[in-house]
Amino acid sequence: MASLDDLKKRIASVKSTQKITKAMKMVAAAKLRRAQESAEKGRPYSEKMNNVILNLSNGISDKENAPKLLSGTGQEKTHLCVVMTSDRGLCGGFNSNIIKKAKSYFAKILDEGKELKIITVGSKGNDQLKRVYGDNIIENISFKESKNANYFDADKVGKIVIEKFEAGEFDICTIFYNQFKNVITQIPQAQQIIPLNNEGEETSSEENYEFEPDEDEILSNLLPKNISTQIFKAMLENSASEQGSRMSAMDNATRNAGEMVDKLTIEYNRSRQAAITKELIEIISGAESL
Amino acid sequence: MSEEFKVEIVNPEKSFLVKDDVSEVVVPAFEGEMGILKDHISIISFLKPGIIKILSKSGDENYYVEDGIVEFKNNNLSILTSTIFNLTDMDKSKQQDLLKEAEEEANKTDINDQSKYLADKKVEVLKSLN
Repeated sequence: MASLDDLKKRIASVKSTQKITKAMKMVAAAKLRRAQESAEKGRPYSEKMNNVILNLSNGISDKENAPKLLSGTGQEKTHLCVVMTSDRGLCGGFNSNIIKKAKSYFAKILDEGKELKIITVGSKGNDQLKRVYGDNIIENISFKESKNANYFDADKVGKIVIEKFEAGEFDICTIFYNQFKNVITQIPQAQQIIPLNNEGEETSSEENYEFEPDEDEILSNLLPKNISTQIFKAMLENSASEQGSRMSAMDNATRNAGEMVDKLTIEYNRSRQAAITKELIEIISGAESL
Repeated sequence: MSEEFKVEIVNPEKSFLVKDDVSEVVVPAFEGEMGILKDHISIISFLKPGIIKILSKSGDENYYVEDGIVEFKNNNLSILTSTIFNLTDMDKSKQQDLLKEAEEEANKTDINDQSKYLADKKVEVLKSLN
């Protein structure tokens, strides 16, 4: 059995860990509110963008000659996966969930004998993937310096993706991120961004638009922007999810630490009492033997 | 009948501006400046660097934009842009920063004609603000 001193030290150390997790939870809660807000504020932009593109692609008469970003290269040989994770740990299953989702997708692609290329955004994803898929990772981007998700970072990623697409390095691009549902639930998502997948969406407007310049030119200007917008949206969702996930993980940790402190305190008191009783017995039996 | 319509400017971070008493908006569309009045035909176009002028009852406003898309439909004008600055908030140093950035871009040699044109245009507009 551990000595009284050892127990005391352990209680102290668990208590200080608890303090840390508690503080982290509070910080995550504050950041979550901000991240959620900016995710909500960013929604109109991507929605509007989607609408305009939907209207445009409906208006295009010549589907054969549509921009490649919309219709695809006509092949499905090489897949590019953009895996978006966080730069910091201690956020529960946040990163592992994305990685799990991505890995099952990777396995499927490789089983079909297709080529796989990976871009990781965020260092945690890179850490977890490079052991198994190290040869497939072509780029690792990390935004450790930026405090919040911002559009310029997303634009950077978007430009890299488009550059590689135009160089013919891949046919299909999918992004992986966590969609924020609520603090407890984040849903890992795989979203195909090239070619653009508009199936199932409602084509509500029969509106006839006037285009200036013509549809094709607007579309070819708009689609690259849409890629960045989609990535930005994913980044916002991701940062809200990260904070949410961290908050609940730290909440659990704080609670567990509390339970542990209680248990240890009981054990400490019990062994202290045992020591006192032992001493008393010794004194009494010593006195009796005289 | 009132001659007003609604304008909404959004950038990726947030809804930048919403106004519903606008009488005319002049946007720097790709093929030239375009004034939009109420009951304009539905139109989609994109922007080149320039000044958006918003004329309304509650006062006129000017914004500098670098790129974007305009959509006009049912008397709703939506402008999507990633870089927008209110001219009244923009001071000289900010302007100089942007100008420097644009000039650097315009002096690059490895860019295609369209981006070259856009960068030149940026420089031109920013210089004209002085």
